[in-house]
Amino acid sequence: MLNPEAKLNPHLFDSDVAQAPTRDGYGTGLVAAAEENPNIVALTADLAESTRTDAFAKKFPARFFELGVAEQNMATVAAGLGITGKIPFIASYATFSPGRNWEQIRTTVAYNDSNVKIAGHHAGISVGPDGATHQATEDIAMMRTLPNMKVIAPCDALEARKATIASAQVWGPVYLRFQREKTPVITTDETPFVPGKAEIFWVPGHEKGVKNGISRGAKADVLIVACGALLYNALVAARDLEDAGISVIVLNMHTIKPLDEKTLVEMAKRTGAVVTVEEHQVMGGLGGAVAEALARHVPVPQEFIGMHDTFGESGAPEELIKKYGMAPKDIVVAAKKALKRKKAL
Amino acid sequence: MEPLTEKKLEILALTANRLREDVIRMVSRAGSGHIAGPLDMADIFAAMYFHILNHDPKRPDWPDRDRLVLSNGHICPVQYAALAHAGYFPVKELETLRQLGTRLQGHPHRGVLPGIETTSGPLGSGLSQTSGIALAARLDGKKYRVYCLTSDGEHEEGNYWEAVMFAGKNRLGNLTVIVDRNNIQIDGFTENVMPLEPFAEKYRAFNWHVLEIDGHNFEEIAAATAEAKAIHEQPTVIIAHTIPGKGVDFMENDYLWHSKTFKPGEAEHALVELRTLQGKIKSEHQ
Repeated sequence: MLNPEAKLNPHLFDSDVAQAPTRDGYGTGLVAAAEENPNIVALTADLAESTRTDAFAKKFPARFFELGVAEQNMATVAAGLGITGKIPFIASYATFSPGRNWEQIRTTVAYNDSNVKIAGHHAGISVGPDGATHQATEDIAMMRTLPNMKVIAPCDALEARKATIASAQVWGPVYLRFQREKTPVITTDETPFVPGKAEIFWVPGHEKGVKNGISRGAKADVLIVACGALLYNALVAARDLEDAGISVIVLNMHTIKPLDEKTLVEMAKRTGAVVTVEEHQVMGGLGGAVAEALARHVPVPQEFIGMHDTFGESGAPEELIKKYGMAPKDIVVAAKKALKRKKAL
Repeated sequence: MEPLTEKKLEILALTANRLREDVIRMVSRAGSGHIAGPLDMADIFAAMYFHILNHDPKRPDWPDRDRLVLSNGHICPVQYAALAHAGYFPVKELETLRQLGTRLQGHPHRGVLPGIETTSGPLGSGLSQTSGIALAARLDGKKYRVYCLTSDGEHEEGNYWEAVMFAGKNRLGNLTVIVDRNNIQIDGFTENVMPLEPFAEKYRAFNWHVLEIDGHNFEEIAAATAEAKAIHEQPTVIIAHTIPGKGVDFMENDYLWHSKTFKPGEAEHALVELRTLQGKIKSEHQ
């Protein structure tokens, strides 16, 4: 069942569940943060509207900088602003920023320790018809290997707004990952969000009525760890698994770096089997980060939902999610597989 | 800026010579590093840190200081020497260049060594960062000036021209670029590797104010930076024509000295030449 403590959208599984793209949360979060802090400035590389930076540009024209199609310059100009008391937010498609400008981000933002917030938009294959050139499936890996960098992939528009506001309050480089398409609004304004702290969104059904959502020592058959909008599919899969008599814990691992190892390890111990879910290459992304942590602390069978060393292609978002094995039924299959491997140990 | 008297010119010449000696000693001791660029930029670094910049070595974080951003980070030995002699850290520390645990990294790193404004080394990104600092100064209503020291070879980077367009568009009048036009890079002469000429015209086409000077003439360096201060509607680029390896006869104009290591005796020979300014002066070492 949905963890009551997470105060999630009660209409989550309704057919008419509210939907919004996570990039909208960036747009509203940026304006909200900028109203509080005059040092926030925003930059785009000819993508003001589609990165939702336009609302900021309209409200704070003197603090908005249009770079033209020049992502390397955007990152490095921001690096200069960020070491001179400003909090620059830079936005483009993730394939270009942090894709094309990775070295500039490495040297002038991360190593230089400049207070720059990087908003990578149109992440994942659900970008759809634009095809693989515009579908970032490597950005988490590129960013999480950089010292000083934090990485956050919000699950819905509301969490995206909270993450944007929070990143302005955290000192240092942050990578924020956003998606193009409308996806279900999973959380509410009351849902807790703290960077670096995983939230339990689904608890085993037999835990009904337990304070704090999940009791001390409560066990389940399998743990699903997800980030980004695919968290919705993870929750649908959890519901289906529970209907089939398999108990599940779902973790919203919105912050991939620093990874909340404490919560992850504790939940892995309670379940003994893990599935990671991300719209990203399984190498180096959330799945890789979770595997690294589990290998050190509690090695348990793990299955990986995500892109398996392949590029995407053009197509409707839902068609692509199905084709590349990230639909709820794929997560159900992966969970059963992990469970089977656990039993075989 | 104080007037450039005969006395001051002599002090600057001796200072530049001291920086060159330090560069030879540092790179020789480290066993690796770049030489030609640091030698040919010694006059400009002496002029900047000992005459032009409004700075306070005892307060490296002073918010109103002029910023000097070194874009081509590989010539950092000369900046380290200038910073040490200006009083940012002990001169003795120059001996630690490139050694384990040193604050004098092979390429400069912000935050570990006082006076270093940005981390640099990978080429083509310094002007963008300088533009960011210049924008921040404008947003804050600050009067300090921002200088970017860069090389000619660095202009082959795409990122560099993105920044040239950006600074021109935003009329960053508080920004001055000084280009070390020494005509060499690792693989040869710039005009053979990838021609930059007509160089000045390129900047003019992007709405920059362009000045060309002899990069070894202190009066021209001072006059050009002063003129740049008076140009409010455009960023200024000072193309400083320099002689790579300046001051050491067997290095001058030889592109191989961009980053060559010393053979036995070469560093000593170079130091003897420098101590007398090639026989022109009586050095305090004599």
